[in-house]
Amino acid sequence: MNMTRRQMLVLLPAAAVAWESLLAGTPESSPNYEQTQHWWGMLIDIPKCIGCGNCVRACQSENDVPDGYFRTWVERYHVTDTNLANPEVISPDGGKHGFPAAVEDSGKYFFVPKMCNHCADSPCTQVCPVGATFVGPDGVVLVDQKYCLGCAYCVQACPYGCRYIHPTKRVADKCTLCYHRITKGLTTACCEACPTGARQLVDLKNPKDPIHAFLKTHAVQVLKPQMATGAKAFYNELDGSVR
Amino acid sequence: MSNFRDTGHLFRFAGIFVAAILIFLAIRGWLVPHTFGQYGHYRGAALNEIAAKPVHFAGHQSCETCHADIAEKKSSGKHASVHCEACHGPLAAHADDPSIQPAKIDTAVLCAQCHETSAAKPKGFPEVETASHSNGVSCETCHQPHSPALEAGGAQ
Amino acid sequence: MQGVNGFMYPNEVQLQWSVLIVLYPFITGLVAGAFILASLVRIFHVEAVRPTYRLAMLTALAFLLVAPLPLQLHLGHPERSYEMYLTPHRTSAMAMFGFVYLWYLMAVLVAEIWLDYRRDIVIMSQSATDWKRWIYRVMTLGSSNISPRALEIDDRVGWLITLVGIPSAFLLHGYVGFIFGSIKANPWWSSPLMPVVFIFSAMVSGIAAVMLLYMLSARLRKEPIDMRCVDTIARYLFYIFIIDFSLEMLDLVHRIYEADESFRSLDFMVHTRLYFSQIILQIFAGTLAPVVLLGLAQVVKLPELARKRIYGIAGSLTLIGIFAMRWNVVIGGQLFSKSFLGYTTYKMGLITREGLLMAMLLSLLPLFFLWVLAKLLPPWYQEQDAITAAG
Repeated sequence: MNMTRRQMLVLLPAAAVAWESLLAGTPESSPNYEQTQHWWGMLIDIPKCIGCGNCVRACQSENDVPDGYFRTWVERYHVTDTNLANPEVISPDGGKHGFPAAVEDSGKYFFVPKMCNHCADSPCTQVCPVGATFVGPDGVVLVDQKYCLGCAYCVQACPYGCRYIHPTKRVADKCTLCYHRITKGLTTACCEACPTGARQLVDLKNPKDPIHAFLKTHAVQVLKPQMATGAKAFYNELDGSVR
Repeated sequence: MSNFRDTGHLFRFAGIFVAAILIFLAIRGWLVPHTFGQYGHYRGAALNEIAAKPVHFAGHQSCETCHADIAEKKSSGKHASVHCEACHGPLAAHADDPSIQPAKIDTAVLCAQCHETSAAKPKGFPEVETASHSNGVSCETCHQPHSPALEAGGAQ
Repeated sequence: MQGVNGFMYPNEVQLQWSVLIVLYPFITGLVAGAFILASLVRIFHVEAVRPTYRLAMLTALAFLLVAPLPLQLHLGHPERSYEMYLTPHRTSAMAMFGFVYLWYLMAVLVAEIWLDYRRDIVIMSQSATDWKRWIYRVMTLGSSNISPRALEIDDRVGWLITLVGIPSAFLLHGYVGFIFGSIKANPWWSSPLMPVVFIFSAMVSGIAAVMLLYMLSARLRKEPIDMRCVDTIARYLFYIFIIDFSLEMLDLVHRIYEADESFRSLDFMVHTRLYFSQIILQIFAGTLAPVVLLGLAQVVKLPELARKRIYGIAGSLTLIGIFAMRWNVVIGGQLFSKSFLGYTTYKMGLITREGLLMAMLLSLLPLFFLWVLAKLLPPWYQEQDAITAAG
């Protein structure tokens, strides 16, 4: 029984690669992955987010994110007609355990999942003094934790607050866009765990990716466009009050 | 000749500099990691090291290879687009070795995580006030989690 | 969350850069400033301040030796800091630090001090006893040539090094300002004025420090203070202070008038969490008060004792003010959220690796280094005559 299950798994190439890598655990675990064939990003569909916190929990268990630090988190905005420029925002424990119930009033509520924007012109990699953080050939911003000094300059340079210094490793840590998953044909942990499909991993170099059609038909925005970071976390129906 | 004698000490000082720079260059060539600069100004080997980290969420494709019956049932219901591990949690260990059993789910907590009433949720999303909705009767008494609508045969 | 008002991005609650990173620009600023004072003698021929020339050079060296320590202590992995020399990232302002530092330490300060002291070193390598003799022997680099021609060449080379040293001092500290000024994500830092403000505040703090050290050393050595010298230093301090203050006010006025998206948030911070360190310490006590005091000494003819007291008070206030300025830049820049919706609190540790005790230790260390250097290479001109007599 066990063997047939394994053989069935081999039928699915993507899962099979993941399977083999799980067994082998070697650095050469993604032989079919061509870095130059991808340009990764993320689509975040705000009207679909229900603020359940599944993505935050999934990220923490997939990536061993220490308590009190966040590779992804969810914010809840409350905007009334009198505080457009000064919205009321909460993110209790990064939204990990969801949000307190909100009561209907004159304002509007919505959730904004946040994560590393995997910027093409990333200010964080620009300032790294030694080349310990970088934009990979596939557009993912990564940290080489064996080379990082822990100077925290990159943390200061990120306009979105997506980086932190790992409390025990004492090096910069951040969202890797689940690099260990996407190189095996899987989606990210947050996308896998999102019950409403509010998050979608996108590959801009893949002509068949639905993102291309989506971008043509929707009002999509990135966070803090004035920072000109080439952010690749695309937000559908992003409210102007979000920062 | 006398010019050199009177500047000799300056050459000694400069000599120390040149020696230090040469030693530095030699050490540098030896210490820089081999894959540094392979793709850009970073250690190329880091890419594979990060890619080699273990997976915790197996992915719904893995689940469906064994649990085709559940996948079939789910595909026609309201939870069709909800992936398995959204509710069941990370189960790569179980996919790896099916004898490892996943933890039992407490539906009273799990269902409320998404479906508890809040004005903050998008309009049209099914919400209930769990305290008054079922008088403490557990959710799966009426709603089958894999196909939760009442008319789908969940009601008893 | 404790210490948080409003909304912070969750990773912003903890500050990344501690009081040690406040010390770093403060100390490098003193180095650059002390060197500029020394260059007044060498390049601009301000003979009145010659009594402080050697003291200024040794002060610069003592503080420069300590400058990298706070950085090193703050790193998550200090043992990897050599990587900055191996693979410096061209687009990073911080990657330059190691090179600028070494250049300034070895090619400017050590070279100039060595050339200036070479005659004394050679004489002392012959007159000193036991272990001290060996130290001086090493420092001669095996050459005891102090013929008038050799010393004349030394003087000319030294002049050239000082000439190169002035832009180097500007580079050393201007680039520290650039580290902050080039961060577009942080509106409190991001400003092209930042390097310029850093250079002028560095000159102010360095000149004030050398003036205080000179007055203190004269008192400890029970020697009269050369009033012509301190009057001149105080005058230069006053002029440069006015430029520095104008630049800082220009930055402030520009921010207030433009009132961009970050203004409300930053304005609130200055009126609350930074009120004491910015308004009280930096602007009133640390800038306006010393400028008024120094200005008073310029326009009113005061007796010697009153001038000494004014210079002492003004110099001390200046150092407090410049330290507060570094604090407000480094700590202030991390107290507000980049969402402009909230504020956090800096909790300084006491006896932690980046705590208060370490900061105090690092502030005292350069004074200890200066004491050792002054023992080894006496900067007092009366003693120098004694050395000459011994030779």
